[in-house]
Amino acid sequence: MVATEPFVGRPVLRKEDPELITGEAQYVDNWTMPGMVWMALVRPPYVHATIDAIETAEAAAMPGVVGVFTAADLELGALPFVWPITEDIKVPVRYPLTGDKIRFAGDAVAVVVAERREQAIDAAELVSITATELPAVTDIEKAAADGAPLLHDELGTNVTVHWVHGGAGDQSVFETAPVIVTERYVQPRLIPNAIEPRGCLAYGVPAMNEWTLVSATQIPHIVKVTLSGVIGSEKNLRVIAPDVGGGFGSKLNVYAEEALALALAKRLGRPVKWIEERSENYVATTHGRGVLHDVTLAADEQGKLIGMKFVELADMGAYYQLLTPGIPELGGWVYMGPYDPQSYWYEFRGVVTNATPTDAYRGAGRPEATYVIERAMDVLARKVGKDPAEVRRINLHAPFLEATPFICGLSVDSGNFEPLLDKALELVGYEQLRKEQAARRDAGDVRQLGIGVTTYIEMCGLAPSNILGALRYAAGGWDGATIECLPSGEVILKTGTSPHGQGHDTAWSQIVADGLGVDPDKVTVLHGDTQVSPLGMDTYGSRSVSVGGVAILFAMEKIKEKARTIAAHELEVSEDDLAWADGAYRVSGAPDKARTIPEIAVSAWHAHALPDGVEPHLNATAVYDPKNFTWPAGAHVCVVEVDTETGAADIIQYIAVDDCGTVINPMIVEGQVHGGVAQGIAEALYEEAIYDEVGNLTTSSMSQYLIPSAVEIPHMTTDNSQETPSSTNPLGVKGIGEAGTIASPPTVINAVVDALSHLGVTEVGKPASPERVWRAIQEATTGSPGVSGGLGGATPAQQEGGTA
Amino acid sequence: MRQISITVNGAEHILDLEPRELLVYVLREQLGLTGTNVGCDTSSCGACTVLLDGESVKSCTLLAVQVDGREVTTIEALAGADGTLHPLQDAFHRHHGLQCGYCTPGMLMAAASYLKENPAPTEAEVRESLEGNLCRCTGYQNIVESILDAAGQMSGAKA
Repeated sequence: MVATEPFVGRPVLRKEDPELITGEAQYVDNWTMPGMVWMALVRPPYVHATIDAIETAEAAAMPGVVGVFTAADLELGALPFVWPITEDIKVPVRYPLTGDKIRFAGDAVAVVVAERREQAIDAAELVSITATELPAVTDIEKAAADGAPLLHDELGTNVTVHWVHGGAGDQSVFETAPVIVTERYVQPRLIPNAIEPRGCLAYGVPAMNEWTLVSATQIPHIVKVTLSGVIGSEKNLRVIAPDVGGGFGSKLNVYAEEALALALAKRLGRPVKWIEERSENYVATTHGRGVLHDVTLAADEQGKLIGMKFVELADMGAYYQLLTPGIPELGGWVYMGPYDPQSYWYEFRGVVTNATPTDAYRGAGRPEATYVIERAMDVLARKVGKDPAEVRRINLHAPFLEATPFICGLSVDSGNFEPLLDKALELVGYEQLRKEQAARRDAGDVRQLGIGVTTYIEMCGLAPSNILGALRYAAGGWDGATIECLPSGEVILKTGTSPHGQGHDTAWSQIVADGLGVDPDKVTVLHGDTQVSPLGMDTYGSRSVSVGGVAILFAMEKIKEKARTIAAHELEVSEDDLAWADGAYRVSGAPDKARTIPEIAVSAWHAHALPDGVEPHLNATAVYDPKNFTWPAGAHVCVVEVDTETGAADIIQYIAVDDCGTVINPMIVEGQVHGGVAQGIAEALYEEAIYDEVGNLTTSSMSQYLIPSAVEIPHMTTDNSQETPSSTNPLGVKGIGEAGTIASPPTVINAVVDALSHLGVTEVGKPASPERVWRAIQEATTGSPGVSGGLGGATPAQQEGGTA
Repeated sequence: MRQISITVNGAEHILDLEPRELLVYVLREQLGLTGTNVGCDTSSCGACTVLLDGESVKSCTLLAVQVDGREVTTIEALAGADGTLHPLQDAFHRHHGLQCGYCTPGMLMAAASYLKENPAPTEAEVRESLEGNLCRCTGYQNIVESILDAAGQMSGAKA
């Protein structure tokens, strides 16, 4: 027998890659069917208007047009909204097509179906809308003010929800503490921009009322449950997430176009396909962030936190999508960060505006929270005259390995924060950098050096079902795994997670390989199809490994329990005489007498001589519901050079030290951190959805919305060597998909402010475009923000476009 | 309609096309070459990058009639006829240079074109060469490493 090293922990190359690097992947736009027709949406030329008439005759007469349909023609039910977070929440209901009123630029009024893609798009342009335009409001403070234009008259207000955490500890400290920091932070809307736009294909067997929806979604299982009403049956709806080209939360939703494609496939008896154009994506796919915080920190003279208080205004957009008001609430459990204050307060108001609905965007509530905590921590450091790293250090919660109550009211699974900070400071060469910074300041260098430090904690592994229930979320947070051991020795794993770039096929195979003593290449992972793998809650909230991955462990336990019974029978020993070692059940004292899982799978398959009461076939299903969230943590450091003449900030070093518990595949973990940090850097320096005075999105394409390229994103240094096991699950895993996006925005902005603090700059705004930074310098040094003109925003190279 | 003749991945095609048809949709929908993806409508993202007479172009920016008489290479023909991966494909796999994979065909074609121009680039040059190709998953770092590694492999193979 050969002792094998575990596969968990190794940088196993991805088994997903071959089809993706050869052009053989099957994204939804590659699916086609006989008789298939195309759908195009008619988006309005208004952002706020009452509809007087919709004229469809001209479009209907166009070549190839099969039909033009309005809300009145289809009479579809409302789109799902599943998180009514308070008892008195007002719900701005969304229908797949709007019939009475247009409330944002993506609010489609009609849908055209035609034989060909371009025929549908051409005809959609000929549908004319007669409407009475209304004043629009996209600014959250203006929308929340008395007298603002109302989006939903029946709700009587634009402030549709007010959620109060309830607080903890003595609330008087926010007035009485020796040191009080009060700050206001604005985080603009962001547009997720998965490089694959959304799209779907609905088809079926009309005579049987059986329907399949293929959709570029993160959540096939949730789509199936919530859209079953469209066809009138849950059991007859199958949802497939094929290869999906990124999501970042924007495909964690149930969209109008999915409902429409299904409804029209049923109505027309033909397969119906829709592929989003990027210009549609900017207005019709959910946005993220869009929040305003008032922050109060209470501390002693040494900078030791006493209390933390956050009052937020959050932009909901024109309607609630699947989770909209739940997103800020998710952040409400992490505003203490990795710190240990005695008092806590958080509340937010959700405001509807004439803009695209907001919903989850990578991190979902936790980046917003972490941004304001970490920005305010730097202000506290300046106020008490301490180094920002030191102020964090003295406030870090003491280490703990078992679930420990935090001031937010939830228990954190495990944490050891200070070594993460030490490691990050060591990797960046912190002390030396501070010396260089001082030298450049003394020299009055044009290019000043700034260092930003963040320590963070996040809450992921969504989620314990009982807590979700207490938070009024409609579904559970469990996930499932089914394992089938085939007589060939190969293994099929059906997982309820639905990857779209995260490498679950590879990582899940590593978990199975270790558990069952087979090679990862012998494992096939099936996912993203509700008929193949019906038990699941999909992929979001860094939940996949810490819920779906743990379900695999429990399914393997069941497999091994059965395998042990069969092995004992075949080896003619008692089960107690068998021990699992080196990939087989072995007889104690005679380890060569053994049965492997592939051997037992054969016995269980031919079933010639199974022990009494044992069913043929070696298979098992487990459904796992976590008892707690998981809580990754880390420390990030960013070093920037800011040109004080132009305001341009260049990142010259970025260090990410993250503790995500047990690492299954360090290569994949590093890739997740890279991508997450890059998205956070984009948020900090480049990206911002901008609306003009009348409510038009002016950053309405990739030419105006500045997604950074390889030129703008720096080389990053990552470290995931600290693996504090989660006490929530037996794998010890915590999750890593969102950590980078949570930690990096404040790290970068704090670095920019730090570079300029000796000039008197205390705030630069987000994103920290050269214009914003330059104005902040002018204001600090001359008292005037410089000449007016132009929008904020840097000019990344990809704006030039053209040939590659 | 207008008739054109194009050679795609070595095979000649005579096609009758509306003059407004974009090359990428002709490749995808008429020739069934769905490896080339569409990510935007402003020639910004580069997911649709293919080679035209050996040089990278964004196939969503070109009308198909513009390539009459010319030669197009798509991701489907990057590997050898026997299935041997191109050194870039191999390097992307070994360096985890892709996650969701949607930008990957465009990245690979852009890099294949660039390495012909500059077989021994620096990291900064590779980054500059990718400015027309957006990726939302990887943060670019492993893509850049993959291309640098492939450049080394390719020059080593020639030596």
